[in-house]
Amino acid sequence: MSSTATHHVSEEAIYHKAEWHAHHHHEHNGHDHQDTFFSKYIFSQDHKMIAKQFLVTGIFWAIIGGLMSALFRIQLGYPDEHFGFLSSLLGHWAPDGKIDPQYYLALVTMHGTIMVFFVLTGGLSGTFSNFLIPLQVGARDMASPALNMLSYWMFVLSSVVMFSSYFVSSGPASAGWTVYPPLSALPEAVKGSGTGQGLWLISIALFIVSALLGGLNYVATILNMRTKGMTMTRLPLTIWSFLLTAILGILSFPVLLSCALLLIFDRSLGTSFYLNEIYINGHAMVEQTGGSSILFQHLFWFLGHPEVYIVILPAMGLVSEVLAVSARKPIFGYKAMIGSMLAIGGLSFIVWAHHMFVSGMNPFVGSIFVVLTLIIAVPSAVKVFNWIATIWRGSIRFTPQSLFAIGFVSLFISGGLTGLFLGNSTVDIELTKTYFVVAHFHIVMGVAAFFGLFAGVYHWYPKMFGRYMNNTLGYIHFFVTFIGSYLIFWPMHYQGMAGLPRWYYTHSSYETFGHMGELSKFISTVAVIVFLMQVFFIINFFYSMYKGRKVTEQNPWEATTLEWTTPIEAPHGNWEGDIPEVHRWPYDYSKENGEGFITQTTPMKPGEVQLHH
Amino acid sequence: MTTIIIVGIIVLLISIVFQVAKTSEMVSTLKGAAQSRKDSNNILGILLLVFMPVFLIGCIWSAMHFHKDFLPESASVHGDWIDSVFNTTLIVTGLVFFLTQIALFWFAFRYREQEGKKALYYPENNKLEMWWTIIPAIFMTVLVVTGLFYWYKITAPAPKDAMVIEVTGKQFNWIARYPGKDGKLGHKNFTLINDNNVEGLDWNDEATKDDIIPTELHLVVGKPTKVIVNSRDVMHNFDLPHFRVKIDAVPGIPTTFCFTPKYTTEEMRVRVGNPKFNFELACAQICGQSHYAMKMAVVVQTQAEFDAWIKDQKPYYETAMPAPAVAEAAPAAEEKKNEAKKEEKK
Repeated sequence: MSSTATHHVSEEAIYHKAEWHAHHHHEHNGHDHQDTFFSKYIFSQDHKMIAKQFLVTGIFWAIIGGLMSALFRIQLGYPDEHFGFLSSLLGHWAPDGKIDPQYYLALVTMHGTIMVFFVLTGGLSGTFSNFLIPLQVGARDMASPALNMLSYWMFVLSSVVMFSSYFVSSGPASAGWTVYPPLSALPEAVKGSGTGQGLWLISIALFIVSALLGGLNYVATILNMRTKGMTMTRLPLTIWSFLLTAILGILSFPVLLSCALLLIFDRSLGTSFYLNEIYINGHAMVEQTGGSSILFQHLFWFLGHPEVYIVILPAMGLVSEVLAVSARKPIFGYKAMIGSMLAIGGLSFIVWAHHMFVSGMNPFVGSIFVVLTLIIAVPSAVKVFNWIATIWRGSIRFTPQSLFAIGFVSLFISGGLTGLFLGNSTVDIELTKTYFVVAHFHIVMGVAAFFGLFAGVYHWYPKMFGRYMNNTLGYIHFFVTFIGSYLIFWPMHYQGMAGLPRWYYTHSSYETFGHMGELSKFISTVAVIVFLMQVFFIINFFYSMYKGRKVTEQNPWEATTLEWTTPIEAPHGNWEGDIPEVHRWPYDYSKENGEGFITQTTPMKPGEVQLHH
Repeated sequence: MTTIIIVGIIVLLISIVFQVAKTSEMVSTLKGAAQSRKDSNNILGILLLVFMPVFLIGCIWSAMHFHKDFLPESASVHGDWIDSVFNTTLIVTGLVFFLTQIALFWFAFRYREQEGKKALYYPENNKLEMWWTIIPAIFMTVLVVTGLFYWYKITAPAPKDAMVIEVTGKQFNWIARYPGKDGKLGHKNFTLINDNNVEGLDWNDEATKDDIIPTELHLVVGKPTKVIVNSRDVMHNFDLPHFRVKIDAVPGIPTTFCFTPKYTTEEMRVRVGNPKFNFELACAQICGQSHYAMKMAVVVQTQAEFDAWIKDQKPYYETAMPAPAVAEAAPAAEEKKNEAKKEEKK
């Protein structure tokens, strides 16, 4: 068992910053100063505090995004009923207690935008990349703490701009989260494409700046600031997933930025990158013609597809770590896990056009994208088999985080397999733009990524706040969310197989889809309940911060990774004394006669076989 | 009042659960971490084990239950190919789905932490990993090959004798145009669009004068049909669910899809056992406020019925230009307008 880094430190010593400053002047570029409220909680440069800021902001957005979905599900499930509270909440957007069709589109658009960018990119990657990278690679902080702080505040700025779009008179963006022009370019086409869409584009541009500042920092830290002995093949899978996520972001977000800029030009400067032969509102737009809205789709999905991996890769990393710790077993096939992530990351750049099989593209081009898309299934399958092999013959401790990790694997299987229908252009003709797609991506990258997020929060909460979350509430939260998510999204496959298109305010206007009403009502009811039940997580999260059981052991989950060698309440700079040296890979669980665990800081015994160097 | 009661009940329930959770946490602290983990571990393991069959049976049951609501048998030739690839994919993925979900939950239960049981240090097995890379790769190859075989058939150029129809999307309805007697669709220009000329047909082109713009989409059974899809304003998607047809309507960039209807509306009514059944054309791409209501009736007829129907349709030119005098003057006027526009462009 570990000895080199197990410091028993008194509360006093933890906060005695001068001590490690004195020891580690070479590592830390900060200077001795008193923490004020502002420097500690607001403009903090401590990666741990920034992580918590991302997390709390992410939770705020998740509540807003979830509320949006509850509202539009009420419309879909109960299209003929009027609810007074909708009028009180939405004002003139819900006259007589019924959501206005344009505002319905705004709700759908904002739900998607918020969840994809603000919650599952900012909230997930922002939280755990910030929190775990320095702690798990053995660094005092990020490569640039100042840029890191800036990254968070750009995120806040972007959030403020996005949130303000709820309050403009023409409403928030309503062209779908993919904001395809011309719909998103023409205020005459839908009200939300006025000021609301403008704010959307500015907000996303700011978000991209935030993501890039964060991403560059993550990559720099992982590549340059690993502690002695921490080779790339001794990194926990969490770090590998954050590294690849950051690289994907750095390479793809700039394309989204250019894509958004051109749209801003089309909207405000009279250019026509995306506009062509449009007649709207009684006049032909003769000045703005000759562009192509298909160009927008290519640019958008060049980010858009890597984006889904930006969302899911960190979740995969967190789940891999939690599964190994909970099952008391090494993650099965460590190198294959890294290899499959590399393959997924690489392939994610060359599959984007599978979102566009019915855009009229050349069938040959389409077929190339079919091949590349279905190849992704292979590394994904390897990951699933390796997770299952990890728990096989383990000794699983069921905690809320291990339940969420197992739930993640189940969801990833279910949602991943339906991707094989959609990735095959032939079947895609029938299923694209229907609820089958909605079901697919919500399970595989929506709910699954949320499960990774939850697993991460329950697991690292003691490290973040020095207290435990309540387990019973965690179990209830898990089972309600897990069963509820399947009840919500599984039936949507059937609606898709009945041909029901997405973005429909109601489906009773067609004979073909009219009979899906009862099922929609069921889905909506469950969705509202599951949304409300998230209150158990919210209460647990904030209540435990102040009243939760205190952490008394330095390493409560008996994990091998470096973050558990820091003091329970790790100071800015993370370690009191020297940064520990790493001697082995992070998965030596049950190595000695099926028991115990060996931390990364434990030197190899004479004659001990080393798997990874 | 009811709202207050409902809110009250919800708050009450939440606080009860919260109190119970708080108490159970205290109890587990009293019992000690090891003992309480042992107790909860068994219960949670069993819950996961129970979840597995309920979930899997639920999947099968719900699929059978909702099967009647799915799109009926495909009404086009290529639709059958799509359905066959769908079914192949369903078999492959279904197999993997059941095996992996069963393994996941069974292992979770079977290998829960128990007294006297140890974990196995088993970090890798290259042979095993190689096999479970190769086997999915083989399955994927099968799916790709079957899929693409039909993809190329579906997207092949339309046969020469195909019936050509042009369909244009606009907020919020579809406009269908048939070529008329000359078999040619006349030129159009978006700058010529106005209330009397919804497509901006160029009356200087003789071929436009017999073009027909009916209010329903009529198709001929057994006849390959090539639709040329356009949009006048924002993106739409030409969606014929029963025929398994979807193709984007992009402003300024015409797209095409060729398909062959298999059954007339009458035959389909018999097949689905619904005397009121009708084919519908929907919009599948978000296009604004009334996206959900952008539909057009679709009728599939025999050639003879179709010929009789189209004979009754007046060319759009006649409706657009009601009085003969105007009809004579119009082209000139349009031409002038056109030139003015061109000037303007310069």
